[in-house]
Amino acid sequence: MSLYRTELRRLTKRRFTRYMTLLGLLVLAAVVVGMFFSNQKIDAAAHARAERQAEQQYQDQLRYTEQERAACEQAEAAGTKDGNRFPPQCDMITAPPREAFQAEWFLPSTFDFRKSFGEMLIPFAAILGLVGFVVGASFIGAEWSSGGMMNLLLWRPKRLTVLLSKLAALLTGAFALTVSAGLLWYGGFWLVALFRGSTEKVTSGVWQSLALTGLRGLVLVLAATTIGFALASLGRHTAMALGGVVALLVVGQFGLGILLSMARIPFVEAWLLPTYAAAWMQKKVTLENWEACNATFTGECKPETFDITWQQSSVMLVVGVAVILGGALWAMRRRDIS
Amino acid sequence: MPAVLEIEGLRKTYKSRRRGTRNALDGFDMRVSAGQVHGFLGPNGSGKTTTLRTLLGLIRPNGGRMSILGHEVPEALPTVAGQVGAIVESPQFFPHFTARDTLSLLASAGEVPATRVDEVLELVGLRDRAGERVKTYSLGMKQRLAVASALLKKPKLLILDEPANGLDPGGIREMRTLMRNLSESGMTVVLSSHILGEIQLICDSVTIISLGRRVAFGPVDEVLAQHSSGAVRVRLEAVTDLPAATEALTRAGIRVTGQPDHLMLGGVDKPATVTRLLAEQGLYVSELAPIAVDLESVFLELTSTAPVPGQHRQVDQSTKVGGSEQSGTAGGGWGA
Repeated sequence: MSLYRTELRRLTKRRFTRYMTLLGLLVLAAVVVGMFFSNQKIDAAAHARAERQAEQQYQDQLRYTEQERAACEQAEAAGTKDGNRFPPQCDMITAPPREAFQAEWFLPSTFDFRKSFGEMLIPFAAILGLVGFVVGASFIGAEWSSGGMMNLLLWRPKRLTVLLSKLAALLTGAFALTVSAGLLWYGGFWLVALFRGSTEKVTSGVWQSLALTGLRGLVLVLAATTIGFALASLGRHTAMALGGVVALLVVGQFGLGILLSMARIPFVEAWLLPTYAAAWMQKKVTLENWEACNATFTGECKPETFDITWQQSSVMLVVGVAVILGGALWAMRRRDIS
Repeated sequence: MPAVLEIEGLRKTYKSRRRGTRNALDGFDMRVSAGQVHGFLGPNGSGKTTTLRTLLGLIRPNGGRMSILGHEVPEALPTVAGQVGAIVESPQFFPHFTARDTLSLLASAGEVPATRVDEVLELVGLRDRAGERVKTYSLGMKQRLAVASALLKKPKLLILDEPANGLDPGGIREMRTLMRNLSESGMTVVLSSHILGEIQLICDSVTIISLGRRVAFGPVDEVLAQHSSGAVRVRLEAVTDLPAATEALTRAGIRVTGQPDHLMLGGVDKPATVTRLLAEQGLYVSELAPIAVDLESVFLELTSTAPVPGQHRQVDQSTKVGGSEQSGTAGGGWGA
């Protein structure tokens, strides 16, 4: 227990932890502030204004249609009709229906908590996941490269206990940060919705759904933190984790994506990790293959689809964390420390 | 005296696909008695640090037996770790923490009272600089901090690898006094160093390692005596008598090397024999001085690491026990 407390103290004492946490929180705060200023509340006047704009555009369209039809008829009578500009019969030039101009298209941007907050949990998890990954990698990587790990093992010669205590302390920190920042995130966007949007129809069911999405975000942050920690421990250097991720992104993701696209493999996104992260957060991601166009009875083209669910993502997440962390524990137990 | 540290037949082999097999420790033995300051000597790459790392559980041995304070290690390391203070190789600390933070975190991890931090900072002379980041420290100050970290848990066995490295002359003397005081307080100290003059001054006993094997061990005086050549320098009243003296001594079976103004004799058990032999020939001695050996010359002789003009000795070129060859590739070298 003393080791765990010591590691927790060490984690919070580190400048890198403090700076990265601050940076992550500033980015999150910037998103909330940005959303606050880029949205506004919709009142009756705004609705009336939008209605007027829709009507205005409809009238403009009517006028334009009349002008074009007249020009078409004139050209037909003069025998100078341009086939590229006009249809075969001039009466085919008709104005779009009134319902094609909906007032809501002319409304300013507004933040509807019920509709939009779920999506905002994805950048939240992504930003804190990145912070967790980098802090996790640095927390153990710097200990290895500075010799701190060897010093500690001279005091507590139980390798797995030392490594797992460090991980436990790190995950405690990541958990505390994510939960506190999460509460602020929920609160911040509630205020955005209150002053710059709507908090209507947020039922207990909606809260439950948002809480579950938040919980999945928390798991993602903890998984990213663990992977950063384990990769740096495997390589015994922070750069191992960061380099590994860059290599994975460049070779394993961009490279693979380009290769599969060139080979015209359907559902290329199914091979890319961000798709699984998105599926984990959104419960389901539906991929579409427009190459295989299935015609419906109305003649409409419908692409072939492939669903990736959060359950599939969870298997991927568990296996990934287990393999990398297992490797780090094995290396800690077996490899000499020199 | 009971043994605080015992090593028998310790073996550590490194295998490399490209360079073959290297025996870093090749059946190494060591014994350190309680309350002693024990010098652990060896040329670079001889296996000193590997021995210490293996003893402290950082490296897994391929064979042999080790015990600390009567407990078999590495199995019992968690039990004895609280009684063993150690620094291995150069002092390494997280550069952005202060000395006080560094020690405080170690004390907390090892369940040592926080008051002990100030005690050891005082002891190693870092009290006034304890609030500064370690990255601003000189090598000598880091060394002091390393010693402080090793002393933090009031160990029964203190293992220090090159503790005087980077220290100024005053610091070296302070370190010597500290080692002596610690030993007098009942602590056993194992000291690995290349400053052989210091070892000779501080240590009660020594172990010398070369190419992973022990080449000498025992109390410092005994090791010196065992490797004393029995050399004696003789000067006569008249330099012109040197040839006659050479002849008389050679007849008596003594090895004589003539110098312009004196003779160097080898294999002399009792210098009085020389006086008597020469007096019988009417030759009178003005100086008869036994040539004392020091630890450095014994070390260089045992490990065959004395510099030879015109040659550049490689790291693994030293003596393996049981053979007098200058070994670079055989036995302990790469590809062996």
